[in-house]
Amino acid sequence: MTKLLVDNKEIEIEPGTVLLEACLRNHIYIPNLCYLPGMPHPDASCRLCFVEIDGKVVPSCTVKVNGPMRVKTDTPAVRKLQQSALRLLLSVHEVDCANCPANKQCALQEIARFLRVGLKPKGLDRLLKEPSIVSDHPFIDFYPNRCVLCGRCVRLCRTKEGRPQMNFSARGFNTVISFYGANRESMPTCEECRSCLKACPVGALVLREPARE
Amino acid sequence: MSQTTPRISFNAIREQAEKRRKELDETGLPKVHIGMATCGIAAGALETKTAFEQALADQNIAARIHAVGCLGHCYAEPLVLVENPGWPPIFYYGVTPGNAGMIVRAFLRDGDPLLETLLGATEPNDLIPQVKDFPRFAFEKKVITQKSGFIDPEDVYDYIDHGGYETLSACLEKSPGDILQEVVHSGLRGRGGAGFPTGTKWRLAREAEIEHKVVICNADEGDPGAYMDRTILESNPHQVIEGMVLCAYAVGASKGIIYVRAEYPLAVRVITKALQQAEGLGLIGKNILGTDFSFDLSLFQGSGAFVCGEETAMIQSIEGYRGVAQHRPPYPVEKGLYGWPTVINNVKTFASIAPILERGAEWYRSMGTDKSPGTAVFSVVGNVVHPGLVEIPMGVDLRTLILEICGGIPNKKAFKAVQIGGPSGGCLPERFLDTPIDFDSLTEAGAMMGSGGIVVMDEDTCMVEVARYFLDFTQKESCGKCTFCRVGTKHLLGILERITKGEGRETDLKTLQELSQDIKLGSLCGLGKTAPNPVITSLRYFREEYEAHIKEKRCPAKMCRSLTAFYIDLDKCARGCDACVGSCPVEAIFTTKDRKKAVDQILCVKCGECMVACPVEYSAVKKISPAQLAPIIPRPEKKEDKKAE
Repeated sequence: MTKLLVDNKEIEIEPGTVLLEACLRNHIYIPNLCYLPGMPHPDASCRLCFVEIDGKVVPSCTVKVNGPMRVKTDTPAVRKLQQSALRLLLSVHEVDCANCPANKQCALQEIARFLRVGLKPKGLDRLLKEPSIVSDHPFIDFYPNRCVLCGRCVRLCRTKEGRPQMNFSARGFNTVISFYGANRESMPTCEECRSCLKACPVGALVLREPARE
Repeated sequence: MSQTTPRISFNAIREQAEKRRKELDETGLPKVHIGMATCGIAAGALETKTAFEQALADQNIAARIHAVGCLGHCYAEPLVLVENPGWPPIFYYGVTPGNAGMIVRAFLRDGDPLLETLLGATEPNDLIPQVKDFPRFAFEKKVITQKSGFIDPEDVYDYIDHGGYETLSACLEKSPGDILQEVVHSGLRGRGGAGFPTGTKWRLAREAEIEHKVVICNADEGDPGAYMDRTILESNPHQVIEGMVLCAYAVGASKGIIYVRAEYPLAVRVITKALQQAEGLGLIGKNILGTDFSFDLSLFQGSGAFVCGEETAMIQSIEGYRGVAQHRPPYPVEKGLYGWPTVINNVKTFASIAPILERGAEWYRSMGTDKSPGTAVFSVVGNVVHPGLVEIPMGVDLRTLILEICGGIPNKKAFKAVQIGGPSGGCLPERFLDTPIDFDSLTEAGAMMGSGGIVVMDEDTCMVEVARYFLDFTQKESCGKCTFCRVGTKHLLGILERITKGEGRETDLKTLQELSQDIKLGSLCGLGKTAPNPVITSLRYFREEYEAHIKEKRCPAKMCRSLTAFYIDLDKCARGCDACVGSCPVEAIFTTKDRKKAVDQILCVKCGECMVACPVEYSAVKKISPAQLAPIIPRPEKKEDKKAE
């Protein structure tokens, strides 16, 4: 076991643990969206889990604890970057919580509350994609304007048995999640798996209501 | 048993090359060297070559036409070097098919060197001025591009005859450690942009205790206006290949890949041929030059994503995944392609290796500065008289490069800014002209070395528009993985677009500033971390231009269309002249009551054609910003309308 000091709280953790994981397990919250425990390489794409180590601001999912270290999770520099990243994510998010199935269990709401950022941040224009619903999966609807592109679904799908069924497509601002097939026969494992639905931190992947099928 | 050494194996190849050259020399024929890289071809070198062949056949003159690569003098393309026995070799510039026929008839047939169309001679003589007296040639120090423009890139023997692969054969007799030591000692820093010490990278790869190691040449050049790597590969691919083989030998790699973008079809063709020829002679592949060192080198075509120039994205792309950047560490040199230690260097870095090992680290260190030794290749484009590729020692200042070597700003305009380092770099104003060009000085000034693209801008360039242009590029080229780059650059672009249209808000500058800083600090890879640089530097050095756009709706350079207008100065306009009328594509110019011309501001699309068409003696067409300042002149009612009434 190795000891580390996080915000003046001493915690003990197995060497080799990811710093973000170590903090979360010890009830020290660090905002995060793209982190998936047990993955060999950090995705580090959401840019929320910043901490300060020796004056340097780094994403905590990219740091492994291999010895004593001093970590601060609540410095002005850390909060500034986290708030900025969250504002950017919210600026491309269709904030219509009342009509979203993820309402009240949404990671974005939780992080916004934690970082004290309004859901409709000022200063940035809202940029939304078209169309707002993509129904190219036999029974899952994708909402590009809810998606935060954390990629948890894509990475989980890749680790499942059989061939992966989804990936990112397009690039830059237009990046979305796309499925490879459109009918049930071509996607036999989806019926039972549904990992992507469970992994989505927001309401971007939604089981299509039978009435709409 | 007789022992074959690399030198002995190579001597046989070199003799072959020398024999071929001697046979050609003994014919005593004149030689016509035509620059046939992409730049030359775009300027019409193919037609020029055909014209030479035709003219030589017509005049019944025997001569050898030699297709060579690019010498870097873009302003002079198609560039031709004529070696006529009894004369010094002479450069001719802008050789059109017509000029080609003239050179054959006047010079090769009648012995008149056409003094009025030549650029200069390459050797001292009594009659023709030498090119080396011309600043564009005099200041250059060619190491990387030394053979470019003199050899046929599609003929390996031409390279060998100019000393190529000699260094490889000599180095294969030394230990890999010695070669590594020499590269470390040379102080060479990666020419891809970041300037990481090449020797350190190689040593890390060499020390990795993993059997498979990979060497990748990064030729995924994509900066707007930069074409150094393309030109080097098209003009002298073997120098890059030789550098890669030397690297592989030094670090113990068995596999190599040249990653070229598919948008460089000529480079792809030239490299493919070069690899075949090198393999045919045993210079790459199994048991190189009879040793037990093998190096399998192949070509990989990237499909045109700028981000794949970032090394982790490049590895993803080669492995068959989306070209998306990964978090570092692990760095590719620890865990790269398929998990193997991978050395990724730029084209210019590899092209520097053979000259360093041939002439020694001390010689290399004698050029450039203490911390940035050697030479650097730049593509200088934009508002300069002599644009093109320039190779100079590190540490030469921007003033010398832009105003002397490249001939300064054309059309008597004033210098305004220089953009260095492509979309990752920054715009520097005039007071930075004395900055020496090396990795550290440029970074300090807020720009960066980048891979060598330099865009020079004159007083008619709007810095807000320039920042918008670069953000438009990076925003489109973002891989879309991390939040800051994907969303942040989109917002930066949106704000800049708004400002150039005259819709900027008072709070925009603060947002631009803060968002830029956050993107720089928060992004995952180099693309995002450097994407806001054009905004940050232009805001720092040209803030008043941003403010003029926002507060006064005025574009000081009169470049942003929404903020400018064209009008005709009635005091200057000549009665009865209608030069401008025909030039207008939208019929916005009408005749006033006193038979002068005026612009209908509602119809005008601000193309500026009328300004070009207006005779210089009148110069009546004026451009003005903000647009409301243009006088509104009512269009006289048409006669038909009166009749209808």
